[in-house]
Amino acid sequence: MASVSTNQFKSGLKFILDGDPCSIIENELVKPGKGQAFNRVKFRNLKTGRVNERTFKSGDSVESADVMEVELEYSYTDGEFWYFMDPVTFEQHAADANAIEDCKKWLKEQYVYTVTQWNGSPLLVTAPNFVNLAVTETDPGLKGDTAGTGGKPATLETGAVVRVPLFMNIGDVLRIDTRSGEYVERAKS
Amino acid sequence: MTTNWQPSADINTLKRRAQYLADVRLFFAERDVWEVETPILSQAAPTAPYLDSFTTDYIPIGSQSKEIHYLQTSPEFAMKRLLAADSGSIYQIAKVFRNGERGRFHSPEFTMLEWYRLELTLKQLMDEVNALLLDVFNIEPILRLSYRTVFEFFFKLNIFVCSDEDIKHCALSRIDSLADDFETDRDGWLELLMSYVVEPRLAALNLPLFIYDFPASQAQLAKIKYDQQGNKVADRFELYIAGLEIANGYNELLDADELRQRFESDNQQRQQQNKPEILIDENLLAAMKSGLPECSGVALGFDRLIMLTTNSQQIQAVQSFCFEQA
Repeated sequence: MASVSTNQFKSGLKFILDGDPCSIIENELVKPGKGQAFNRVKFRNLKTGRVNERTFKSGDSVESADVMEVELEYSYTDGEFWYFMDPVTFEQHAADANAIEDCKKWLKEQYVYTVTQWNGSPLLVTAPNFVNLAVTETDPGLKGDTAGTGGKPATLETGAVVRVPLFMNIGDVLRIDTRSGEYVERAKS
Repeated sequence: MTTNWQPSADINTLKRRAQYLADVRLFFAERDVWEVETPILSQAAPTAPYLDSFTTDYIPIGSQSKEIHYLQTSPEFAMKRLLAADSGSIYQIAKVFRNGERGRFHSPEFTMLEWYRLELTLKQLMDEVNALLLDVFNIEPILRLSYRTVFEFFFKLNIFVCSDEDIKHCALSRIDSLADDFETDRDGWLELLMSYVVEPRLAALNLPLFIYDFPASQAQLAKIKYDQQGNKVADRFELYIAGLEIANGYNELLDADELRQRFESDNQQRQQQNKPEILIDENLLAAMKSGLPECSGVALGFDRLIMLTTNSQQIQAVQSFCFEQA
């Protein structure tokens, strides 16, 4: 495996720490006047998603991680794995429950997701910032209430529950911001 | 090559920087400390194990021979030779170079304000630093604590009696980002505690602070003495403002033989780290043998001070063109 030295550290660099692939968020030099130099590294563990810090002696090396981000289209699930397809090569990639945990409620067939792969297999699936999803369950809409005061819960076709304005009905297609999990507007169909 | 010709600092910041330079010169003129210029290129360099000089080759015209020269990491050695030649109190605003050091608060090339005072003790030199910061930079008077007190306050550790193991244990328990198998030496652990725990807390308290009486192992070019408790300490101080290391002052070591020993022990450490040994500066040692007057001296990171006064987050915001754009 290729190794990288602290002098090559920069944000976005992928490396292995304690067996897990990680991505550097921030790398800071700690160097008192005539004292030893250290690298204080803030990183995201790509397996757990957690942000952490680690200090290295400047000049130390770590193992680089073969991590890539690819855009894949969601196909289907068999309950155990979630299958994504490369839209160019039609190659199938199977992601496990861990990898799709964060975006499970935004998974819709034929949508394109960012898949972080480690050694060729999906590690993390990230939803696009916005998805359009249909309402499958909600209290009947209140005509005339277009001001959007109050609101009510609505279940979407993926199972996600979001708060929507009172005038929404079953079958309406909504634009959702997946980062906040909030309703944005009614999608133009 | 993509071009990026614009300055890394705002023009107004650079104008303020120019004003500060002029004010610093006035401050010293009023005190009869005269400005000197010494060579930036030198045949000798400091031996400090964690200080790496840039090197370059001097090639006489028409010759194939190369003579190694170093870019100064500070003007200290040349200024001490002037002091030994009866210069009296002197100051310099110099470009200095430290290889490999790049970060938010580090640039491989930066500006150092360094001065030496024959008439002042180390305590009085702290007073003068205080006066300079107040007069020129409008930074309020500064608190003074010994290194021992700082470590007792933050860590309940008496660093002059506790074992290496105690310090290591303290560092591992206080600094989350250290792996359990992290290894360094006593001074390394102390420096980690200083950088990771003390500095951020000083920053949070917004407390400019002189720390004095360092462990003797960190004496560098300062005299070693005994403090009131009988501990062997380095007679030097460091100034921290907003958690940033700003200045480093010494009661200057005068004994050439002791300095030679420190240089040699530095070179041994370099050898252990597979770093090139540095030729000892015999001119400095000869000057000291002929008689360096009793004096105190301080080196101050000028860019960092400008960062503080202009509220800049990165050193490049106070330099006309940062290292990557130079």
